[in-house]
Amino acid sequence: MTLAIPILIPLVFMIFMILRLPERVTRTAGISGSTLMLAAAVFILIKVKTEGIQTLYLGAWEAPYGITFVADPFSALMLVVSSVIMMAISLYAIHFLSSEYRSGKFYIFFFTLAVGLNGAFLTGDVFNLYVWIEVMLLSSFVLMTMGKTQDKLRGGIKYLALNLIGSLFFLAGIGLLYGKTGTLNMAHLAQIVQSSEQTQWLNTPAMLIFLAFGIKSAVFPLFFWLPASYHRPNITVSSMFAGLLTKVGVYALIRFFTLFFVQDPSFWHNLILIIAGFTMVVGGMAASTQYDTRRILSYHIISQIGYMVMGLGIFTPLAIAGAVYFMIHNMIAKTNTFLVAGMIQKVKGSFDPKNIGGLFTESPFLAVLFIIPAFALAGIPPLSGFFGKFILIKAGIESGQYLITAVAVLTGLLTLYSMIKIWNEAFLKKGEADSETKKLTFSEALPSVILGLISVLMGIFAAPVFDFASEAAEVLMENTKYIESVLK
Amino acid sequence: MNSGILQIAEKYLRWLFLVFAIFALFRGHNLPGGGFIGGLMAAMAFVFRGFAYSADEVYQSMKIKPETYLVIGFTAVILSFVPGMIAGKTFFEGVWLSADLGQLGLLKLGTPLLFDIGIFLVVIGVTVLFLFSLKRSD
Amino acid sequence: MEIIMAIFVGILYAAGVYLLLRRSILKFIIGILFFSNATNLLVFLSAGLIPGGAAFVGEKSANGTVLTDPLPQALVLTAVVIGLGVVAFTLALKYKYFEVSGTDDLDEMKQEKSETNLKEEK
Repeated sequence: MTLAIPILIPLVFMIFMILRLPERVTRTAGISGSTLMLAAAVFILIKVKTEGIQTLYLGAWEAPYGITFVADPFSALMLVVSSVIMMAISLYAIHFLSSEYRSGKFYIFFFTLAVGLNGAFLTGDVFNLYVWIEVMLLSSFVLMTMGKTQDKLRGGIKYLALNLIGSLFFLAGIGLLYGKTGTLNMAHLAQIVQSSEQTQWLNTPAMLIFLAFGIKSAVFPLFFWLPASYHRPNITVSSMFAGLLTKVGVYALIRFFTLFFVQDPSFWHNLILIIAGFTMVVGGMAASTQYDTRRILSYHIISQIGYMVMGLGIFTPLAIAGAVYFMIHNMIAKTNTFLVAGMIQKVKGSFDPKNIGGLFTESPFLAVLFIIPAFALAGIPPLSGFFGKFILIKAGIESGQYLITAVAVLTGLLTLYSMIKIWNEAFLKKGEADSETKKLTFSEALPSVILGLISVLMGIFAAPVFDFASEAAEVLMENTKYIESVLK
Repeated sequence: MNSGILQIAEKYLRWLFLVFAIFALFRGHNLPGGGFIGGLMAAMAFVFRGFAYSADEVYQSMKIKPETYLVIGFTAVILSFVPGMIAGKTFFEGVWLSADLGQLGLLKLGTPLLFDIGIFLVVIGVTVLFLFSLKRSD
Repeated sequence: MEIIMAIFVGILYAAGVYLLLRRSILKFIIGILFFSNATNLLVFLSAGLIPGGAAFVGEKSANGTVLTDPLPQALVLTAVVIGLGVVAFTLALKYKYFEVSGTDDLDEMKQEKSETNLKEEK
C-alpha cells in the first residue's frame, strides 16, 4: 500500500489544480504537495532500508500475472532525490515563472510529470514503465511549449519528434520481448533469461530498448534534441527537465542492463563504454564552444550522462555504486546550476555571460551559490562531484579500463573550463558601471541554498550516502535478491 | 459550417451517441467496452455538435465545462480506491456488492464500475478539450 | 498469415520512415502515425496469430483447445490510447506553430534560426 502513495499524492493535487483556483492557493498547494511527496519518498526509503525490498501487487494479482510495484534501494533513492528536486522547483516557481505560465496550469502538468516520474521509478513491469514514461513525456511536452511563442514551439517540435520515435522503439522492444518470453514482469524476465540456455535472441529487443533509452537519456549519437530544446522554455521548466527527465532514461538503462539484458556481456559493455566515452567528450567540447549559460549547461547534461553510462559499462559493483552516487549528485547539482542561471538572469537581465559582469563584488551571495554546484559538477573536493568521479575512476582503473578512465579525467577538465568561463565572464569581469542590478531576496534563493547544502553535505558525509549507493548496487548486481522478493 | 440538415440530424443523433456510449460503459469489464470506448463515443456527441454549429458556440452552450468533467472523473477514479482501502485489501483490488433483483437477475456493483465511470468522464473531458482547443479561434 | 502481416508491418515502417524524413511537419506527423501503427501491429503479432482461440481458460473455443493470448491486445489498446493523445497533441502543436510562423517547412525553420543568430551577433 505504501508504494502507491507517491503516485496518489500528485494525482490528488493535480485534480485540485484543474479547479482554476487563485494564484496564492495554487502556489501553496504546489509546495505542500511536493513536500508531502518528499515525505512519502523518505518513508519508503527508510522502509526499504530497514525491511528490505518492498513490493505491491496491484489488484492483488500476484507476480508475474499482474502489475507489480517494486521499491529496491536504487528506486527508493531515485524517488527521494527526484522529490527533493520537485520540492525545490515548486519553491522556485513562485518567483521565476513568467507571466505566460499561469501557475495553476503549470502545476497541473508539474504534478502529472511527478505521477509519471514516480511511477517510472517504482514499477516492476516493462509495459507499465512505458505507460509511466509516456505520462511523463506528454506532460513535459505541454510544459515545454506552454506560452506558445514561435521560439518555444520550434524547440518543442524538435523535442517531441525524437522522443516520440524513442518511445516507439521502446514499444517495439517490449513487443519482441513479450513474444519471446511471454511475460512483462521484470523479475520474471530475469528469471527466464537466467534459466534459458540460448539468449542470443535477446540482442534484438536489447538493441531496440537501448536505442529508446539512448534517445531519452541523450547519449552520444542521439542527443541532438536536448541542446535544441532545453534552453527555450522558462528557466523553472528547464531546471526541472535538466535534473529529472534524462535521468529516467539512465535509470531504465541501469535497471534493464543489470537485471535481464545480461547476455553477451563483452559486446554490450564495450558498446556502452564507447558510447559513454564519446558522450562525455562531445558534450564537454560542445559546452566549451557555447556562450549562452543555459546552452553551456545543456551540453553539460550530455557530458555528465556519459559518466553514469560509463559506470554501467564497467559493470563492477563499485562502478555501479559510483554510477548511482553520481546520478544522485548530478540530479541535485545540475538542477542547482540551472536555478542559479535563472537567478543571474533575474539580477542582470541576461543569460549571456558576456553581457554580465561584476557579480562577484555586487552579489557575493550569488557567487557562492554558483560556485557550489559548478565546482561540484567539475569534481572539486570536498563537494559531492569529487567522490562520484573518484569512485568511477577508481572502478575504471581496478577493472583495467584505462582508456575510458583517461577520457573521464580529461572531461573533468573540460567541465571545469566551461564553468570557469561562466565564472570569469559573469562574476570576475568588471561590470559596466551603468548596468542595472536587481536585489535578490532570500526566498528567491532558498531552493538553490537547499540544493547547495545537499551538495556540500553529500561531499562531507560521503560515506553513509556511498554505503547506501553500494547497497543499491549490490541489489542491482545480485539480481536473485530482486527476483526472490518479487516472485515469492 | 452552418448546415440545416446537419443541425436537425444532430438533435436526434446526439441521444443515439449518448445511449450507445452508456451502453458501452456498462457492458465493459467482462465484455468489450468500458470507460475509454464509452467516453470516446460520448465525446463524439459533442464533436458532432461542433461540426453542425461551431466549436465556440458549443463550448459556450456547454453547461458543464470539459474541465469539470475532468475533475469529477478523476475524483471518481480516486474514490474507487477508497472502499478497497477501507476493506483492508491491496491497492487497486475491486470490492463488489451484489444484489438479487429476482426476475431481473443478479446486479453486481463494484469499484471497477466507479473507476470506469471516472475514466468515461475523463475521456470526454480530455477529448472535448483537445478538439475544441484546436478548432476554437482564441 | 503471419508472414503476410510481417511484410505489411515492414512496409508500414518503411513508409513511416520515408514520411519522417520529409520536410513538411504535417507529413512528419503522418509518418509518426504510420510508425506507431506499425509498432502496434508488431506488438499485436508478437504473441502469434491464433484465430478462433478462446481468450480465457474455461471458455469454449472454436477450434478445439488452443487458447489465444489476450494480453497483446490489451497492450495494443493501451498503446493506441497513448498514441491518440500524442498525435492529438502533436497536431495541436503543429497548428499553433503554423499560426505563429506561417510555415510548415522544417528547412525554413532552420533558416529562420540562423537569421536570428546572425542578428544576435550583429
